[in-house]
Amino acid sequence: MKKRAWYWLLLAPFVATLWPPFYNHTDPAFYGIPFFYWYQLLWVILTSLLLAFVLLVTRDRTDV
Amino acid sequence: MSSGTIIFLALVIGVTVLGFVAAGWGRANLSSFEEWALGGRRFGTLVSWFLLGGDLYTAYTFVAVPALIYGAGALGFFAVPYATIAYPVVFIILARFWAVAKRRGYITSADFVRDRYGDRTLEIAIAATGVMAALPYIALQLIGMKTVFSQIGGAFGAGGGFVALAVAFVVLAAYTYTSGLRAPALIAFVKDTLIYVTVIAAIVVIPAALGGWGHVFSSAQTALAARPVPSGILLSPGMYFAYATMAFGSCLSLFIYPHSITSLLAAKSKFVIQRNAALLPAYSILLGFLALLGFCALAAGIVTKDTNAIVPLLFAKYFPDWFAGIANAAIVIGALVPAAIMAIGAANLLASNVFNQFSARRPPGETRIAKLLTLAVCAFALIFVIELPVQYAITLQLLGGAWMLQIFPAFAFGLYTRWFHPKALLLGWIAGMLTGSGMAYNTYLTSTPHKFGAIFPLGLGSLKLVGFIALYALIANLAVAAIATLVLNAANASQGTDGTTAQDYA
Repeated sequence: MKKRAWYWLLLAPFVATLWPPFYNHTDPAFYGIPFFYWYQLLWVILTSLLLAFVLLVTRDRTDV
Repeated sequence: MSSGTIIFLALVIGVTVLGFVAAGWGRANLSSFEEWALGGRRFGTLVSWFLLGGDLYTAYTFVAVPALIYGAGALGFFAVPYATIAYPVVFIILARFWAVAKRRGYITSADFVRDRYGDRTLEIAIAATGVMAALPYIALQLIGMKTVFSQIGGAFGAGGGFVALAVAFVVLAAYTYTSGLRAPALIAFVKDTLIYVTVIAAIVVIPAALGGWGHVFSSAQTALAARPVPSGILLSPGMYFAYATMAFGSCLSLFIYPHSITSLLAAKSKFVIQRNAALLPAYSILLGFLALLGFCALAAGIVTKDTNAIVPLLFAKYFPDWFAGIANAAIVIGALVPAAIMAIGAANLLASNVFNQFSARRPPGETRIAKLLTLAVCAFALIFVIELPVQYAITLQLLGGAWMLQIFPAFAFGLYTRWFHPKALLLGWIAGMLTGSGMAYNTYLTSTPHKFGAIFPLGLGSLKLVGFIALYALIANLAVAAIATLVLNAANASQGTDGTTAQDYA
């Protein structure tokens, strides 16, 4: 089952959201929303897309 | 009656009818445990999406997260990374659990632990932890409902909202008893639709009325900085570790709560769970924007002692009466769905793992016991809310979060390895429960006014690391479990029988 190797991709959201110094600033703002907030909201969407991708490449044909 | 009250009443009565009608959904034999407790494990992607969304994002969440932002600023936003990284955990760990559970016929997490480790005491410890964490959580749903009833006033406000609450909860217990998990699954469609409508309307209308997000954030910053304990729209560096550990620790415990397990096991395949892991973050986006309403409340100059009232207050201020009726219905129905699932989840643990013990062949009469226990759990939660101050439920729910994480080694590690000795896991669990409760009690003693907290400053020499208590407790738990395993293995203590085989996890 080499397909499972794709699961390592799912570490990305952990790294991106669990290190606050990375995003704890106001600029650049987006429609007045500070970076801190829109960055983390963006990661919700990215994580969803990442999961959809991993599902696509790891699923078996027989899955329903 | 005002138009808002009429709309509110119509919606709440409508879902009550749905709850009873659900018994006929899929022509099931509801005297079978799997049919009653898990909807026969037949829910597809769409039903599971509404059910899980309706279950995990409770009315209390939608009220408490903005309240936390209103009270503590940026720190309260940890709920968003938490509700993001929880999904890779579901995708990998919970999908694996679903497969074993399907093959071996598990209804609860403790069923698995019993089967895997063959240890009765560990089974009871796991089940008891789940029940202790579920009960105050149900109580909080009731408190959310009561807030709405007393705000609507009139007949609803009678006895401070307790009369309406008692009526609503008796009805909830009755349809859960008859329909099992099918009732909240069907009602979840209404609940989630209402929640999406109200939250989207709030996000469009309220910031615009306040002069745009830029203005909302700058006035929120001014208001937070002027507090006796100042905070702001950004984290102070001393809170980085607390923020990250709260998000990480919570994401590990979210899906081992009994109500999450119940909803997950109702899915018809592993694929349904993985697809939902990718689709459920839609609710997290909603949660994120709702959290920002906490800043809107600050910018709108809303001042209240009861921070949990800020969302209803914002709605009352910016929306016409009829729309406030929809929003109130969303909160009440939003509490009914998870309350029903939590009651079922707790009853399953009691029926399957405390009153009986797990065996692959379910004892006759178990469904009847579980159904009666659901009524008992509901009655207990109602009495709890009527008899005790609100703060008790909040504190116990907070402690419940720290306790819940202590079953992680036995449950989640157990899905991958049988390395840990069952008695060592039990010792680790005890260490984790004591560490978590002890640290929480310490925050109570050292705060003025006395209040239980979720974070604890752990001193390492001169360095103080403020982190999430539940996670510190998990570290103590794992350390004890690992050392005890080495000792017990060296002493040749019996490992217990493992009922599962490698194929069960495939």
